[in-house]
Amino acid sequence: MNDTAARLRAVTGHRLFWPALVLVLMLVANTVYRPGFLAVEVKDGHLYGTPIDILRLSAPLILVALGMTLVIATGGIDLSVGSLCAISGAIACLYISKAPDQNSLSTVFTALALALGVALVLGMWNGVLVAVIGIQPIIATLILMVAGRGVAQLVTEGQIITINSGPYRAIGLGHFLTLPLAILIALAAALLVAAFTRRTALGLIVESVGGNAEASRLAGIRSGRIIFLVYVVSAACAAVAGFMMTANVSSADGNAAGLWVELDAILAVVIGGTSLAGGRFSLSGTILGALIIQTLTTTVYAMNISPQTSLLFKAVVVIAVCLIQAPAFRARFARRRSGPTPGPAAPQREKEQVPA
Amino acid sequence: MRTRRTARNVIAVFAAALLAGSVAACGNSDTGGSGGEGGDKKIVMGFSQVGAESGWRTANTTSIKEAAAEAGIELKFDDAQQKQENQIKAIRNFIQQKVDVIAFSPVVESGWDTVLKEAKDAKIPVILTDRAVDSADKSLYKTFLGSDFVKEGRLSGEWLVENTKDATGPVNIVELQGTTGSAPANDRKKGFAEAIAANPNLKIVASQSGDFTRAGGKQVMEQFLKANPKIDVLFAHNDDMGLGALEAITAAGKVPGKDITIITIDAVKDGMQALADGKFNFIAECSPLLGPQLMDLAKKVTAGEEVQPRIETEETTFTQEQAKEALPNRKY
Repeated sequence: MNDTAARLRAVTGHRLFWPALVLVLMLVANTVYRPGFLAVEVKDGHLYGTPIDILRLSAPLILVALGMTLVIATGGIDLSVGSLCAISGAIACLYISKAPDQNSLSTVFTALALALGVALVLGMWNGVLVAVIGIQPIIATLILMVAGRGVAQLVTEGQIITINSGPYRAIGLGHFLTLPLAILIALAAALLVAAFTRRTALGLIVESVGGNAEASRLAGIRSGRIIFLVYVVSAACAAVAGFMMTANVSSADGNAAGLWVELDAILAVVIGGTSLAGGRFSLSGTILGALIIQTLTTTVYAMNISPQTSLLFKAVVVIAVCLIQAPAFRARFARRRSGPTPGPAAPQREKEQVPA
Repeated sequence: MRTRRTARNVIAVFAAALLAGSVAACGNSDTGGSGGEGGDKKIVMGFSQVGAESGWRTANTTSIKEAAAEAGIELKFDDAQQKQENQIKAIRNFIQQKVDVIAFSPVVESGWDTVLKEAKDAKIPVILTDRAVDSADKSLYKTFLGSDFVKEGRLSGEWLVENTKDATGPVNIVELQGTTGSAPANDRKKGFAEAIAANPNLKIVASQSGDFTRAGGKQVMEQFLKANPKIDVLFAHNDDMGLGALEAITAAGKVPGKDITIITIDAVKDGMQALADGKFNFIAECSPLLGPQLMDLAKKVTAGEEVQPRIETEETTFTQEQAKEALPNRKY
């Protein structure tokens, strides 16, 4: 009896229990509203259904949020990712649209390499501004957030570039082993980042820089180099996400591609339990956060909630997720319900200090 | 120096010259003015554009520039980059430069009274293009030249009513709305709803915002298709959302234009191509080519003629056959 209670507490006490519960609740609510919501069928040799849509559409957000997680873990923030998505997508589509054979693999790979290269340079620009010159991350990346959208429009000349390239389209819409290629790419990126941060000391170093950059430096970690690196990684993730977004509709729209994705990404990171103050970070939490955000958007469409009220609906859900996920709020709520019991209401520390 | 400048103008120019940015612009106006000797003076128009946010807008800009050159009107063009403060700054500059007529496409509807009053005090007529302002004082501008969004929605609805008059059962319509709260989205929705009220069989079963983008239209349509087993008609508030929806329809194993009738608004090039290819069924045009009409109006208001306070852009509608014919000559 006591054992079960302890096990239950261990489960509910897990960092990701509450966000996961919200995701499950949303799926349940959708299924109640429309029993076929979770139905998946095989169409044209691949899986087809709303859950697959959610996975496919959340792929770009997962990628952007992965990069954002690392940036936030160092105590920074990257507002430029949305613009980077637009720039990389625009460059890739422009190159392909000018090519004689849009379906040739070499054309598509050259386009991807070119766009990724530009994104990396822009990521380095962010990194230099923050790590070398020492500008506040929110300001440093704001520059590219605003200017980058202009660059993307310059690349597309204010037009929507439509392309007709099978290989490029596959990035956003292709399937591999009946699953959307986009989600597989996003998961591969997640595994790669996880391997680098959790199987090597890199993750610990990132957390230590986020906990206290100066102390880390004194302890012999090159903080500047780590900070520079996370902005470059973030830019690379954004670039690939930009490919997916533009491939999804086979066109590059400098104005709309990746618009506000930086805010969704920050939200995904926060829902996933990464502290905005830097230090501790959770990659699996971020992926869960991104899935929650996409499920929320899909729910609005699936339940046909009117556009005028959908923003309020989203806001209410997000606030609820953030509140029940906050241990301080849960502790207070539990105390009020069951009277003053000696509970685990330990004061939350503002900033997770990591011993360097 | 231009001959028509009075002493008061000279003072105004000196005041303007204090602002570094204006000096160069004044120089431009001098060179432009000297070209118009012998006969009528050349009309100078200051135009402030919203930005370059879409292909539609770029075509709009090109049309205005070309029409100005053709009509012999000197155009001072300003790109506001979607910011109202830039636009107000540009209009003040135009006032200081004493242009003959100011035209602009307001970025937003509200907050124009002060700067429009300044233009009125300087006796410079103002023409609004494409978008309206919500000023209570209608004397602040001469006329508003632009599309009638309600009419575009109504024409779309009327075509549908005409083409479904033989339908015996209910016709299920899904609607992709533009950006929530924007004038084109509100008005097109209204016009369409009014028109289809004529046939009780026509029913909108789902309506969501696709934000005027392809990605938005696609994502919403994917869910529409899964939530509604029988969709007969798609009405999209612009071509781009319709183009995005095409992909979702194909992925669902349906044939756009046949299984699902698609009606959109705008008639941009990609949309016209889809119409000519038989993927769309009907497009109500929202023409950006209002340049020639604008130049005519500019000539009239500078000559002191009275003009209608509301003038509609010349627009048409396209069926698949008409699209095939019109496509080679489309400018945008």
